[in-house]
Amino acid sequence: MSGLAMPKPDDATMRRRDEIVADMRIIVPGEGVVDAANAMRAFESDGLTAYRQLPLVVVLPETVAQVSRVLKYCNDRNIRVVPRGSGTSLSGGALPLEDAVLLVMSRFNRILAIDFPNRIVVAQPGVTNLGITSAVEQEGFYYAPDPSSQIACSIGGNVAENSGGVHCLKYGLTANNVLGIEMVLMNGEVVRLGGSHLDAEGYDLLGVMTGSEGLLGVVTEVTVRILKKPETARALLIGFPTSEQGGQCVADIIGAGIIPGGMEMMDRPAIHAAEDFVHAGYPLDVEALLIVELDGPGVEVDHLITAVEAIAIGNGSTTCRISQSEQERLSFWAGRKAAFPAVGRISPDYYCMDGTIPRKELPRVLAGMRELSAKYGLGVANVFHAGDGNLHPLILYDANVPGELDKAESFGADILRLCVKVGGVLTGEHGVGVEKRDLMPEMFSQVDLDQQMRVKCAFDPNHLLNPGKVFPQLRRCAELGRMHVHRGQVAFPDIPRF
Amino acid sequence: MTTFTPTTSEEVLSTVAWAVAEGSPLEILGHGSKRGIGRPLQTEHTLDLSKLTGVTLYEPAELVLSAKAGTPLAEIEKLLAENGQQLAFEPMDYGPLLGGEPGKGTIGGVLGANLSGPRRLKAGAARDHILGINVVSGRGEPFKSGGRVVKNVTGYDMSKLMANSWGTLAVFTDVTFKVLPAAETEVTLALRGLLDDAAASAMALALGSSAEVSSAAHLPERVATRVAGGALGSEAATLLRVEGFGPSVAYRIAALKTLLGKAGPLEEIAGEASQLMWRDVRDIKPFADGSEKPVWRVSMAPFHAHQMVLTLRMQAAVSAFYDWQGGLVWLRMEEGDPEAALLRGLLRKHGGGHATLVRAAPAHRAAVPVFEPQPPPLAALSARLKAEFDPKAIFNPGRMAPGAGSATLGVATEGSAP
Repeated sequence: MSGLAMPKPDDATMRRRDEIVADMRIIVPGEGVVDAANAMRAFESDGLTAYRQLPLVVVLPETVAQVSRVLKYCNDRNIRVVPRGSGTSLSGGALPLEDAVLLVMSRFNRILAIDFPNRIVVAQPGVTNLGITSAVEQEGFYYAPDPSSQIACSIGGNVAENSGGVHCLKYGLTANNVLGIEMVLMNGEVVRLGGSHLDAEGYDLLGVMTGSEGLLGVVTEVTVRILKKPETARALLIGFPTSEQGGQCVADIIGAGIIPGGMEMMDRPAIHAAEDFVHAGYPLDVEALLIVELDGPGVEVDHLITAVEAIAIGNGSTTCRISQSEQERLSFWAGRKAAFPAVGRISPDYYCMDGTIPRKELPRVLAGMRELSAKYGLGVANVFHAGDGNLHPLILYDANVPGELDKAESFGADILRLCVKVGGVLTGEHGVGVEKRDLMPEMFSQVDLDQQMRVKCAFDPNHLLNPGKVFPQLRRCAELGRMHVHRGQVAFPDIPRF
Repeated sequence: MTTFTPTTSEEVLSTVAWAVAEGSPLEILGHGSKRGIGRPLQTEHTLDLSKLTGVTLYEPAELVLSAKAGTPLAEIEKLLAENGQQLAFEPMDYGPLLGGEPGKGTIGGVLGANLSGPRRLKAGAARDHILGINVVSGRGEPFKSGGRVVKNVTGYDMSKLMANSWGTLAVFTDVTFKVLPAAETEVTLALRGLLDDAAASAMALALGSSAEVSSAAHLPERVATRVAGGALGSEAATLLRVEGFGPSVAYRIAALKTLLGKAGPLEEIAGEASQLMWRDVRDIKPFADGSEKPVWRVSMAPFHAHQMVLTLRMQAAVSAFYDWQGGLVWLRMEEGDPEAALLRGLLRKHGGGHATLVRAAPAHRAAVPVFEPQPPPLAALSARLKAEFDPKAIFNPGRMAPGAGSATLGVATEGSAP
């Protein structure tokens, strides 16, 4: 993937750069247009820092009318546009293109309405995920999806990526918590999908927009549902001699009808890295460590803690601690939450993967990863959203050693192939972006991909919005629209009729 | 007039390929339990999926179930119940309202109509639980989307796009849903004698508490008697359902009683009596009267609903009841006229949403847009999307809006766009 092929820059656009910058300054007056290379440097990459590219120009609009005019201008002139929220994508979704306007939505940073009787918040897309919770927590409410970047990531970006988080097994992903959006199409048209009510009429365009990685439209307003905070939360910290036992414990918890607020697993390398870093008191003699958090009324949490403890012991846990205070609960989480920087301490660089597998396949996938680790000569540590099968293998490498990045990427690709092979998928929550783009054929046939691209054609027929992301090979919409059917030549076997 | 009854995905594919080649429209049908919803169709041929059946994968510990699209919902619900699980979104049954048998409907129809029930409030609709699909497009090509795992952002979520498409984008052959444990205990708290506005305030208070109310309905006076075999009597009933483990349910019910004690007299209804009541609310039992009086399904911001209904009552004779804390309003038009313009105008004045004419005589369904008309840019986008899936308009043409070639929603007339 290091030899990532992006769409070839359009010469006509490159030649007209000065004119385009001047026109952008007319549409977005003031400080909203950045064209100096040193100032654009801040936008050259997102959370996938292995890739960097300066855009043609950075535009930071402030109004929906400006977004609409920028997009229409670019659409009319065949200029590419890359939308960006806070730039925390881990898959390169906001990686700029040399010939594209980078449309940065960070100045859309206001909460527009808070409505407690209807339990909704209307926010501009640049408001951070945590910013929504901050706006309503004085009344005891919160916004449930909690990606680990929630202090920085924007709600518009959450819509683009269908972001999840530790609590999404019980409370759902972004798609399950957003009621409506306002968005601008590449042709400048403004449309509203959904609103303050449930289930929009007509086709579920909100459903397809959520997780579309900035390829279909630019979100300019988001309506989310907020929830009342659970009365209390307690956690168990459970160690197992084998990952099989840990996996079976998770299956038995769910089999008992319990859906925990959070359920996280770590393997031995991740446990050791985390313990060395934050001294959370994790047991070091176990192969799998499970954190199970139960939230709700105190009586419910107490009831379920007892049930989960019995299930853990039944599965041969060697340690099982139950948090007796809020401080202790947070200490259980401290190691898990610091897992990424902890791994960063034991390796110069690490590469975070994001496959999802059927949970029962965990032992097989972990064994496969150990073999791959030996094959590539690179270490790997695993953290795992155990409840929903979302794996985050962290591949350890050193970017200063020539060839190691390539090796790490090949290792990562093999892990994702393994995930697909056991019935899983390429990405659970980080998105395809540029990172997993060329792996899409591992999961989808050309017919599958063509039909996805036809969805793109309905929104953006000239492939101007965020091209080079998600799809390994862009096909022109006119070509995709052709039908190869010939009357009378289609096989028509004996189909029962009456 | 031919009815094709495929028993395999390959037969579905060859039927569609034939229809595409002939340019011959098909009515896509499961059990036909929702056949009366939408504009009446005039297709020569029918693609009947009711023999494309069978659960192909069910792993309770993985919370996942796959089935052929024509598998009866009743069969799936029975299998899940045997394992202490359920479709948490509680898909409703339109059969009784539309004069059909109860208990019909296929799993494909559940997705195509994006069904849900009173638990929609907390647990979402079919769209929130669909994990993956295999379908045949109107280009005569089979494609898949999604998978069998809960967390998946690989490619566009085409599975959600199929929800509420009413058979106009693609023919489903296989669907995979997330399933969840069924609640161990269920108790409903009924507040009696509240007027609509007081009920709206009580429901908002309850839903704004940490009691985790999973369903909230208000049955006004005279409507209440038409659920659960009249067990509630005729006095208005505001129903709050609490589900979960026994000790937790008891605690949360007690908390709600403290919170709402001043709102009016309270009753507790537990177990099967509670389940029966919610099933009747879910299936619109109060309006399942064997008539063709128009019935509307209105989705709107919950706290605005009672005001909208109050204004409507001044201009038309209607019966109404509320689910989803008020976010779902069921309306029966007592004088036989759907009053579409009046209702949709009021809806726009009360925060917007959508009104669907789920029951009406065929003449009304042909004349009145059954589905909420969309503003021009959105209608055009929907039409483009339809053309990308079904360029020859062979799937259920006209069901969602007039026009032989267009199966997308009507366009809102000037001045009516929100």
